Amino acid sequence: MDELKLYTYIAVFGTFGLYFAIAWWARAGSTSEFYVAGGGVHPILNGMAIGADWMSAASFISMAGLIAFLGYGGSVFLMGWTGGYVLLAMLLAPYLRKYGKFTVPEFIGDRYYSNIARVVAVLCLIIASLTYVIGQMKGVGVAFSRFLEVDYGLGLGIGMFVVWVYAVLGGMKGITYTQIAQYCVLIFAYTVPAVFISLHLTGNPIPQIGLGSTLADGSGMYLLDKLDLVVTDLGFKEYTTAKLGSTLNMFMYTLSLMIGTAGLPHVIMRFFTVPSVKGARSSAGWALIFIAALYTVAPAVGAMARLNLMNTIQPAASESLEYEQRPQWFKNWETTGLLKFEDKNGDGKITYVADKEKNEMVKVDRDIMVLANPEIANLPNWVIALVAAGGLAAALSTAAGLLLAIASSISHDLLKGVFRPDITERTELRASRVAMTVSILIAGYLGLNPPGFAAGTVALAFGLAASSIFPALMMGIFAKSIGSKAAVAGMLAGIGMTLLYIFQHEGIMFIKGTAFLGDMARNWFFGIDPKAFGAVGAMVNFTVAFAVSRIINERPPENIQRMIEDIRIPSGSPEAATGH
Amino acid sequence: MDKHQAYWKANLRLMAICLSIWFVVSFLFGIILVEPLNNFHLGGYKLGFWFAQQGSIYTFVVLVFFYSYRMNKLDKEFGVHEDEEK
Repeated sequence: MDELKLYTYIAVFGTFGLYFAIAWWARAGSTSEFYVAGGGVHPILNGMAIGADWMSAASFISMAGLIAFLGYGGSVFLMGWTGGYVLLAMLLAPYLRKYGKFTVPEFIGDRYYSNIARVVAVLCLIIASLTYVIGQMKGVGVAFSRFLEVDYGLGLGIGMFVVWVYAVLGGMKGITYTQIAQYCVLIFAYTVPAVFISLHLTGNPIPQIGLGSTLADGSGMYLLDKLDLVVTDLGFKEYTTAKLGSTLNMFMYTLSLMIGTAGLPHVIMRFFTVPSVKGARSSAGWALIFIAALYTVAPAVGAMARLNLMNTIQPAASESLEYEQRPQWFKNWETTGLLKFEDKNGDGKITYVADKEKNEMVKVDRDIMVLANPEIANLPNWVIALVAAGGLAAALSTAAGLLLAIASSISHDLLKGVFRPDITERTELRASRVAMTVSILIAGYLGLNPPGFAAGTVALAFGLAASSIFPALMMGIFAKSIGSKAAVAGMLAGIGMTLLYIFQHEGIMFIKGTAFLGDMARNWFFGIDPKAFGAVGAMVNFTVAFAVSRIINERPPENIQRMIEDIRIPSGSPEAATGH
Repeated sequence: MDKHQAYWKANLRLMAICLSIWFVVSFLFGIILVEPLNNFHLGGYKLGFWFAQQGSIYTFVVLVFFYSYRMNKLDKEFGVHEDEEK
């Protein structure tokens, strides 16, 4: 076994051992511990757990790569996935914590005094969370197959087993404390290579400052200016100004990601675990600090990786790398199929240009930018091993949070809430463990046989959260006049509008060839990308809800009005979360 | 009840201020005005680009803590804070 593999085994199974130990220590004994970790998690620790819960395989592996190839256009992810926490901190988290129960659909059901509203919320939650979890499962499989050369399916199975142990045993309590450990692993694994690379390129160890510094090669040129020059020389768009579609598209994209972030149930749920309203407010701030620690480094990682890649393939202007002299990392990634070279002009050299006819780098998968970054920058083997463990931590922690959101909405909202209100706490606890196990099996199966719609995962999850859950929650707190009929009409209209637009582009449930209205121009609604449509769906939701409320002149009953008054003030915070 | 309404109004006012800043640093500086701002520089960063990829995120962090700090003060001012032992 070579050194790299040995290090990787130590890093991956060492961290797994840690997660198991935590799971055993944090076993859950009551439904309250299972759903909300007993409601006693310190705000700073909860902030850390939210960080790991939130930062998925996509944030860890894909985002820097996206930015590397989109340049300025990649900013929509940076602003969208952090700005949502400002909305969450001010518009939702403190009030939902004051309300003090277990799940998001439970609030929607109570506030709109309607089981229909609750079931609609459960359906949105399950679809959004399940599509999201498939991506995590795939991330686990890929990490195993690349770093440990284990079969994809076996890797997936190991990942499922690890999540199963601590999620079923500990519920929210186990998940919380493993997420805290996973945050530490992932942020360390993300930062260390970034520091090395920044130091190497600019002489400054802080990546956020390195990105704005001059290069250490003695040229005195700013890193970003150099990058702009290199990419435009080859015919690509200028790095620091390349937009993602139009200005309007970037605006809507950012807004959709922000609203979607604030509406994702597995994140909102984490705010139920802190002991007070005050704690919920500060917890959002801590979460954002821990998230920003990665999100402000990511643009540096992206830009520096792009520069390193360009410099490797094109050491100097009009001087391309001989294919036979390609470095080891190039060969490694060629075997995975994520990097592909095709000698179109037969000169034995690698031509990498924007022009599709001449470009010989026919595939550069954006995911390899983070995974291959340490290799491209010639970092020691233990750093590469660390990245593998970090990627797995990011995927597993998010998967666990999503699976808990799904399991609790099934056992608590559907079973206990709607179908069998008479079951005891012990039965409910057992049911939630069964629901968790079944969810893991389904997620694993879908990870192994990804359905057509897996590709559209993010669009669907964020679209649903933005167009249904966020507006329902916000009106529930801020608009006392909205009653059950208006809310349900709003949710259905919002989801309907969003799904219509996504499916019209991508096919129904992303099945190719079912894109109805197929002859319409791509992105026909003001050039807005389907992934950026959640914000429009949310506006439709608000508009329909207020219109219906006005027309049928519906007022929520007296006790609901009082409940809203009550969640708006922190005092008298219920101890409901302790549950026994 | 009047006290609660005054508290809620004060909360909404604070929220409006914070969300305006939230909008300005991200949507206005990072997207709408990015081109004119790019004529200015912050080290090697074009200013508009810096807001989009760094500045807005730092501002978000400060905003959330500022809101949390101000709200805790408002809670006490209006006597609607939670019991201390929690």
